[in-house]
Amino acid sequence: MTATDPVGQLALRLADNCLILGQRVSAWCGHAPALEEDIALANTALDLIGQATLWFDLAIARGVAAENADALAFGRDAREFRNCLLVEQPNDDYAVTLMRQFLFDSWHHAFLDAAQTSRDDGVAEIAAVALKEVRYHRERARDLVIRLGDGSPESHARMNRALSLLWRFTGELTAGDRLERDLAARGVIPDPDQVRAAYDADLADALFAAGLTPPADTAMRTGGRDGLHGEALGHLLAEMQWLQRAYPGARW
Amino acid sequence: MSAAPAPLSSDVVWRWLAAVPDPEIPVVSVVDLGIVRDVAVTDGAVVVRITPTYSGCPATSVIRLEIETALRAQGIDAVRVETVLSPPWSTRAISADGRAKLAAYGIAPPDDAVSCAGGLAALKSAHVACPRCQSPATEVVSPFGSTPCKAAFRCTACGEPFDYFKAI
Repeated sequence: MTATDPVGQLALRLADNCLILGQRVSAWCGHAPALEEDIALANTALDLIGQATLWFDLAIARGVAAENADALAFGRDAREFRNCLLVEQPNDDYAVTLMRQFLFDSWHHAFLDAAQTSRDDGVAEIAAVALKEVRYHRERARDLVIRLGDGSPESHARMNRALSLLWRFTGELTAGDRLERDLAARGVIPDPDQVRAAYDADLADALFAAGLTPPADTAMRTGGRDGLHGEALGHLLAEMQWLQRAYPGARW
Repeated sequence: MSAAPAPLSSDVVWRWLAAVPDPEIPVVSVVDLGIVRDVAVTDGAVVVRITPTYSGCPATSVIRLEIETALRAQGIDAVRVETVLSPPWSTRAISADGRAKLAAYGIAPPDDAVSCAGGLAALKSAHVACPRCQSPATEVVSPFGSTPCKAAFRCTACGEPFDYFKAI
């Protein structure tokens, strides 16, 4: 797989973030602790997988070699995925699922809000569509993180554990490598430092309201954007891809 | 001797499309919902431009197929359905007729006085009347309903749970 256009490579990262989190979240369908939560998670997963399709189509239009979005979703190995490490983390308990959602949505919202004025029309128009959906995702996740963090001793302890587990994966979202800094300099995506300022402020505000404190002196984990993933992604892909791997090109 | 058929006009195509139902909410058509952006007719070939409501809406691919099927049934062989994303679809594009049909079907239509940017604040400040008893005393149960475009509401007067078409 070669991607000559940096916008194509960026679109692949954004698509993979949405696809992998969409796949993770959809595993709750039929299993969430309350009917309203089950429906909310299924809707969120659906939005994310739809956004992944839009980004995959843009990636292909900008030089990523693939027949279609399905080929990218179902035909690549873990090493070729460009998602951040946060979204591949296992669902664990409901606290971890919710905390992972908020930590991602908060960044996603800050990124898309700025990216809707991208100088690249393809990026700008997908960001504008996705932003309306992500605003609902972020606010629901934020509301629940605050209510459960500031809830019973049990819910507080679980949200605290979730934050301790996941905090190490937040730095990668705004770390900004060479590709992103080049695209930011061209006005294609917002400056990663500017997104980080908005992200940090949103997290600080919500976590304060939730009575939760991030662990101090955390060594941030990176590598997802270069295809260096944890073990969990391989298991996720094995489940997600097995049908297309066993019966390539199957249609129904 | 029969007269030569009149050349196909885009107005006629719009009328045909107005009879294509939305697959999820069949009481409204794809034109009522503002999904059809543009119709162009060139030498008998028809290009229909549509916009998705939500990016993951499973109805979008069905809508493409139904538009193609409806036009082929009218004898149009050269049909192309294109997707456009910009500007993003908004509930402001739903026609007055479409709103009346939604309400009669039991789905409260979107309150366009609130922001279409999405989010809970707009949902909580929306004026939503119960589609059963018309009472304005209603409350949000969840921002996510039976499909991505709807939120779950409850009427505090008659107790009926119902769907509200979220303003976006």
